[in-house]
Amino acid sequence: MESNNQSSGREPTLRLKGQSANHLLSLDVGNSPRQSAIRNRLMHCTRIMKSLLSVRNITKRFARHLPPVAKDVSFEVYTGEIFALLGPSGCGKTTTLRLIAGFERADAGEIFLEGQLLEGEKVHLPPEVRGVGIVFQEYALFPHLSVLGNVVFGLKKLPAKARHERVMEVLEMVGLAPLKDRKPHELSGGEQQRVALARSIATSPKLILLDEPFSNLDAGLRHATREEVRTLLKRTGMSTVLVTHDQEEALSFADRLAVMQGGRIEQIGAPETVYHRPQTPFVADFLGKTNLITGEAEGDYAETPIGRFRLDRAVTGKVLLSLRPEHLTMSVSNNGQGGKIVLREFKGHDLTYRVQIGEQDYLVQTDYRCPFQVGDWVQLRAVEPTVIVEGKEE
Amino acid sequence: MSYSETRPLPPWYFFVPAIAVGTGVLLPLVYLLVRAFEAETAELFQIVFRIRTLYLFGNTLRLAIGVMGSGALLAMPLAWLTTRTDLKGVRFFTLMGVLPLAIPGYVMAYALLGLSGPNGTFAELFGTTLPRFRGYWGALIALSFYTFPYLFLNVRSALLGLDVTIEESARSLGSRSWEVFGRIILPQLRPAFYAGGLLVGLHVLGDFGVVSLMRYETFSYALYTQYTASYDRTYAAWLALMLLALAGSLLYLEARLLREKVFHRAGTGTARGANPIALGRWQIPAYFYLATLVLASVVAPTVAICFWMVKGFDPSHLRDFLEALSGSLMASTPAAFLTAGLAIPLAYLGVRYSSSICRALERGAYIGYATPPLAFALALIFFTLRVVPGVYQTLWILIYAYTLHFLAEAIGPVRSALYQASPRLEETARSLGYPPFKAFLKATFPLLRSGLMVSTAFVFLAAMKELPLTFLLSPVGYETLAVNVWSYTTEAMFAEAAPYALAILIFSALFVGLLLIRDTNQEYRDTIIKVSR
Repeated sequence: MESNNQSSGREPTLRLKGQSANHLLSLDVGNSPRQSAIRNRLMHCTRIMKSLLSVRNITKRFARHLPPVAKDVSFEVYTGEIFALLGPSGCGKTTTLRLIAGFERADAGEIFLEGQLLEGEKVHLPPEVRGVGIVFQEYALFPHLSVLGNVVFGLKKLPAKARHERVMEVLEMVGLAPLKDRKPHELSGGEQQRVALARSIATSPKLILLDEPFSNLDAGLRHATREEVRTLLKRTGMSTVLVTHDQEEALSFADRLAVMQGGRIEQIGAPETVYHRPQTPFVADFLGKTNLITGEAEGDYAETPIGRFRLDRAVTGKVLLSLRPEHLTMSVSNNGQGGKIVLREFKGHDLTYRVQIGEQDYLVQTDYRCPFQVGDWVQLRAVEPTVIVEGKEE
Repeated sequence: MSYSETRPLPPWYFFVPAIAVGTGVLLPLVYLLVRAFEAETAELFQIVFRIRTLYLFGNTLRLAIGVMGSGALLAMPLAWLTTRTDLKGVRFFTLMGVLPLAIPGYVMAYALLGLSGPNGTFAELFGTTLPRFRGYWGALIALSFYTFPYLFLNVRSALLGLDVTIEESARSLGSRSWEVFGRIILPQLRPAFYAGGLLVGLHVLGDFGVVSLMRYETFSYALYTQYTASYDRTYAAWLALMLLALAGSLLYLEARLLREKVFHRAGTGTARGANPIALGRWQIPAYFYLATLVLASVVAPTVAICFWMVKGFDPSHLRDFLEALSGSLMASTPAAFLTAGLAIPLAYLGVRYSSSICRALERGAYIGYATPPLAFALALIFFTLRVVPGVYQTLWILIYAYTLHFLAEAIGPVRSALYQASPRLEETARSLGYPPFKAFLKATFPLLRSGLMVSTAFVFLAAMKELPLTFLLSPVGYETLAVNVWSYTTEAMFAEAAPYALAILIFSALFVGLLLIRDTNQEYRDTIIKVSR
C-alpha cells in the first residue's frame, strides 16, 4: 500500500513503462475512500498509458437453447503486459481467447487492437490479418516440417535473407538453434512448446495468446518452463493474454488477471489484490483455500458464529466474509468457547488445522511450530481484516 | 442480439463439391422414381403386382439368406479356430480367410463353371465329371466363397475384442465351456454378425455377374434381361426401384439391430487375450476343415484359371487383351483420381463440421456405395438420356458412376488421416497470416497425402474389377477386363476368358493386399455405422 501511494504521487507518465506501470494499474480494486482516491488517480494514468487490446461487452453463444459461453466480457490489456484469464473449465476463457484470435464470431460487443476494430457488429477481421499470435495447449506444430520450417512458416513475406536471419534470431532466443533440423516428434514436450512460442514470436505479432500452454508438461518441467517463458516474454516486451485453469500459474505468471465463471468476468486485478481482496465468494474460493463465514455487519466490525471480526470496509447488515486460513491464528480457549481441533495436517513448512465450531469446520494455517494437537479446544482470531465477498455497501 | 446458430458454413471450395456429390447420387435415383410413375395407374398395378415379382422377390431373398447362412457357417469356425485355439499357422489361415475377396464373384462363377461339366478342369485332371454348377446352388456357392471374408473379419475382431474376464467369471460360476460359448460368447458376437451380414447382403443384392452366369433369376438378373431384351423401360425402372427398396430395408433392418448393439458393448480392448484352448484330438477334423476351405475358396479357382490359361493360350489374342486392359485403365485411372479428390471435401465436412447438412452430405456418398450397381446404372441411363443425351454411352458417364459408387471407400483413409490432423494446425496457419484455403493447403493437406494415395489405389483397383456398372454404362464396343471375363464365360469360352480372369485375379489380390495393410475391418464398420445413421 505504502509504496503504491508513493509511486502514484509521482509524475505517472515518467514511470509508466513495463512492469512498474502495470503494477500500478493493478490496484483498481478496493472501496475505502483512500483507495478510491488512488483509483481515480490511476484512472487518469490509464488514459495516458496505452491500452493495446480492448475487449468490450463481448457475448458469444453457440446455440440458441444454450446459455452464452461468454457474456458481457470486458477487459483491457496494456502494452507489454501479461494478462491472465483464469477460471474452471467451461467458464468461457478459451472462447474469449478464440474470439480475440478471430476463430469465432462474436454475437455482440467489440474488440479493438491498437485502436483498430477487429470484431464488431458488422466487422469480423479474419485471423490472418489481425496480427495476433497464438500458442495452443497441444502446440499444433506442423508435423511435416522441421523446427526451422515451423518457425519460418509465418515469414513468407520477408525476403529470403531477412527471413533466415529472423528465424535464427528467434531460435537463438529460445535456445533451439542447435535443434533446427529436428522434426517435432523428435523433440521433448518443453522443446515443442518453445518452438510453438518461437513460431508465434517470429512474426512479431502485436499480441500473443497462450491457451493453457503449460498444462501438457509434467509437473517438474512446468515450473521451470513457466519461468523461462515469462522471462522471454518480458525481455521481448511481448503483450500476452494467458488462459489457464491453474490459479497458482495465473497468480505467479500474470501482471493482472481476470477470474471468469459461467461466461462472466467476476473480478479483474493484480494477483495480490484478487487473492487478498476477492469480491465474490467464487473468486475467494477459486484462488485458494478460504473460510466463508456469514455474519452481521455494523460499521467496521461484524459478528459471526466464531467471534467478532474487523472488516476491510464499513458496511451494515448481512454479509458473507472470506477469511484465508493463513489469516487466522489459534489461542488456548479457557472459557469453553471456540471449538475443537478435529484434524492436524503436517506439511513440513507449515501446518493445517481443521477446527470444528458448532456445526461448521474452519481451516487454519499456521507455521510448523504450532503446538496444538487434535482434541484441543482453541479460539480463533483473525490477523488481517476479513474480506466482504457479499453484502450491501454502506 | 444476433446468434450464430451453428458453426459457420464450410468454405465454398469444400461445400460446392460436396453438394455436387450429393446431387450426383440423388438426382438419378429421384429421376428413376419419376420415370417409374410415368405409367398409368392401372398399368402400374399390373406391372408391380404380378406373380413374377413375387417369384423374383422370393429368389433374391432365398439367395441372400442362403449366402449369409453359409457364409456364417464358413466364417465362424475359421474365426474361432484362429483366435481361441492352439492351432498352428494362425497367420496363414487368417490370410486365407481374407484372400477369397481377391476372387470376385463372377471370376468364382467362371471358375466353378470351368471346373465342372464334361469338359471341365476337374474332368480333365481327375477323369470324373463334376456335375455342372447351375442356378441357385451355383450362385450360392460362388457368392458364399466370395463374401464370407466380410463375416470372418468382423467375427474375428469381435472375438479378439471380447472381455475374457466375463467368460472366466461364467466358468467360475459353474458354466461348462460349451455353455459359455452359447450363453456368453455367441450373444456378444451378434453385432459382428449383423455388420458382416449387411455387407454380404448388399453384395448379394448388388451382384450381377454371378446370377447372370449361373442363370438364376433375381431382381438384378431380371433387370438386366429386361433392359437388354425389351423396350419396356417402365418395368425395368420398377425392378430397379424394388431392388433399391430391398437394399434400403436391409440397411434399415441391420442398422436398427446394429445401433442397439454396437454402442452398448463394453470397452473393446482387453489387456490379456484368452488362454488358447488345446485342440487335442480335434486337431485332425480342424485341419481337415481348414484344408477343404482353402482348397475350395482359393486353390480350386486359381487352378481352374491357370489350367484354362495354359490350355487355351493363344498369342494372337494378346492384342485383344491389351485393348481390354487399356479400356479398363482408361476408365479406372481418372475415376480413381477424381474420387480421391472428392473424398477430401466430403471427409473434411464430416470430420470438421458437425452441422446436420454436412453429415447428410457425407452420407450421400454412402448411399452411392450401398445402391445396387445395376439400379444405379439404370437410373443414370434414364437420367442422361432425358437430360444430357450427349454423354450417354461415353466414357464420362462410366467415370461418373465409378466415382460416385466408390467414393465411400475413398473417404475412409482420408477421414482417418484428417482425424490425425488437429484443426489447431490450420488455425495456427491462419494466425500466422495465411488465408483459409492456403492454410488448409499448407497445414492440413500435407498430412493427407498418404491417406489420399491409399484412397486412389483403393478406387483404382476396385474399378478395375467392377462388372455391372461397366457392363451397362461403357460405350458400345468398349472392352474391359471384367466385361470380357463375363461375355466369354456366358458363351462357355473358358480358355478365351482365362487371361482376363487372371488379370482380374491379380488386380483383386493387390486390392486385398491393400485392405490387409490398413485396418479394414474398422473402416468397414465405420461404413456401416455411417450408412445406418
